[in-house]
Amino acid sequence: MIIAKGKPVEEIINDIRGYKKVLVLGCDGCVTVCEAGGMKEAQILGSALRMHFRLQGEDVSVEEASLTRQCDRPYLAQLNDKIGNYDAVVSLACGAGVQFMAETFDNKPIFPGVNTCFIGVTEEKGVWTERCQACGDCVLASTGGICPVARCSKRMSNGPCGGSANGKCEVSKETDCGWHLIYERLKQLGQLDRFSKPTSARSWSTSRDGGPRKVIKEVARI
Amino acid sequence: MSTMTPSKLQKIMTSGQYGVTSECGPPRDCNGAAIEEKARLIGKHVDAINVTDNQTAVVRVSSLASCIRIKQLGYEPILQMVTRDRNRIAMQADIMGAATFGIHNMLCLTGDHQSFGDHPTAANVFDLDSTQLLQTVTMMRDEKKLMSGHEMKVGPEMFVGAAENPFADPFEIRVARLAKKVAAGAQFIQTQCIYNIPKFKQWMQGVVDQGLHEKVFIMAGLTPMKSLGMAKYMKARVPGMDVPDELIKRMGGVHKEKQAEEGINVLIEMVEELKQVKGVSGFHIMAIEWEEKVPEIVERAGLYPRPEVS
Repeated sequence: MIIAKGKPVEEIINDIRGYKKVLVLGCDGCVTVCEAGGMKEAQILGSALRMHFRLQGEDVSVEEASLTRQCDRPYLAQLNDKIGNYDAVVSLACGAGVQFMAETFDNKPIFPGVNTCFIGVTEEKGVWTERCQACGDCVLASTGGICPVARCSKRMSNGPCGGSANGKCEVSKETDCGWHLIYERLKQLGQLDRFSKPTSARSWSTSRDGGPRKVIKEVARI
Repeated sequence: MSTMTPSKLQKIMTSGQYGVTSECGPPRDCNGAAIEEKARLIGKHVDAINVTDNQTAVVRVSSLASCIRIKQLGYEPILQMVTRDRNRIAMQADIMGAATFGIHNMLCLTGDHQSFGDHPTAANVFDLDSTQLLQTVTMMRDEKKLMSGHEMKVGPEMFVGAAENPFADPFEIRVARLAKKVAAGAQFIQTQCIYNIPKFKQWMQGVVDQGLHEKVFIMAGLTPMKSLGMAKYMKARVPGMDVPDELIKRMGGVHKEKQAEEGINVLIEMVEELKQVKGVSGFHIMAIEWEEKVPEIVERAGLYPRPEVS
């Protein structure tokens, strides 16, 4: 899923300064699971904003709602008759949701309420870690199911580098060396021969380097 | 190590004599004379001078510009190139540029992560890694082709090297990783600084067992310890460094004023021991900001005068 993290309230207050009717809009998708932008977080943020404006003596109304997803038009359409009640929206969806809201309601200012971080997993309760950078050309088949693009700090194809020590990355002792993990896993699978040949330069054109990307599935369009 | 190039370093090691290299770190300002001063300090005592490429991700005068200055002084530079800061377009352009100035040695590296340097908020590139850079330079030289397939009428003539750290983890794949770099085109290897001789010997045994020493020149990397403090710092703080406790003890056992001398004594003893190790073809002396000691080290190690080759 897409992992996000709430923005500091001060930043959001600064963004919405001057608006009188604000909607804090959660998303029931990924950001609910990673506890950054679901209805619960929308209500917590809404309360914090109301408290702030009350203490400042400012007359600002803040309401909360949440949509099933902010990355699909039919769900956004559920706001059609309500959007006119607000003069700004703080979207707690990922960056895709915030942008889709802005495209759909093009005369309405939409502010991001979270920082979108990465594609990852719930490592343990309250801890999320990165697994995928959506490079568009998956190499997991040859790396024991561990991604060198997302898990190696230098996204090396032929790791580990000389900075790998005790299974940790040179960048931080908190971070596992991705290539050490790949090595251990391939050893377990009896596939260490995959270390014997150099992996040639890859094409990054399917990654962000190729510009904004698009996926078309013809059968789904019928 | 098939393709012969005009590199003096390659000719010396091919003749069966030890190669000797050292390095110059370019300055953090635009003082071109500083590069030349460093090169002059060591120039006569080594076969080629490595010029670092923004080492530890700290911005310095570019390796290419510094190599050109060193070449123009009459010494032979080794262009270090990290894949951290430039993509395949910029790197191939710089390799071609270096070739037009008669630079005939390259060391291909991935590079320290930018979080170590003076611009930790920078974006990194890592379009290629060091192994893929080796493949690229080798193809440019042997096939006169760019990665795009574009054919050059005149290609670069580079003696191509890489680094390897025998002390990094996991130890058991360090020989396999060397083999990969050799398969990618590495003709010489400069190792990480050696302090743990038994572990280095164990790695070298693996290299010899696979016959890799006949395909690549292994240059043993050595850095003299200036002080007890430096030894402790290297052990605790420098990624991938293996400093045995006995060495710390030995440095601590002499008076502070004598520690620098002791550090050089240790290094000379190591050279003598490494000369006995099968597969060692040369020495790479990285006297970090201590270049003035390189001549003394090379002379005391019995590696002076340097051979003349045509």
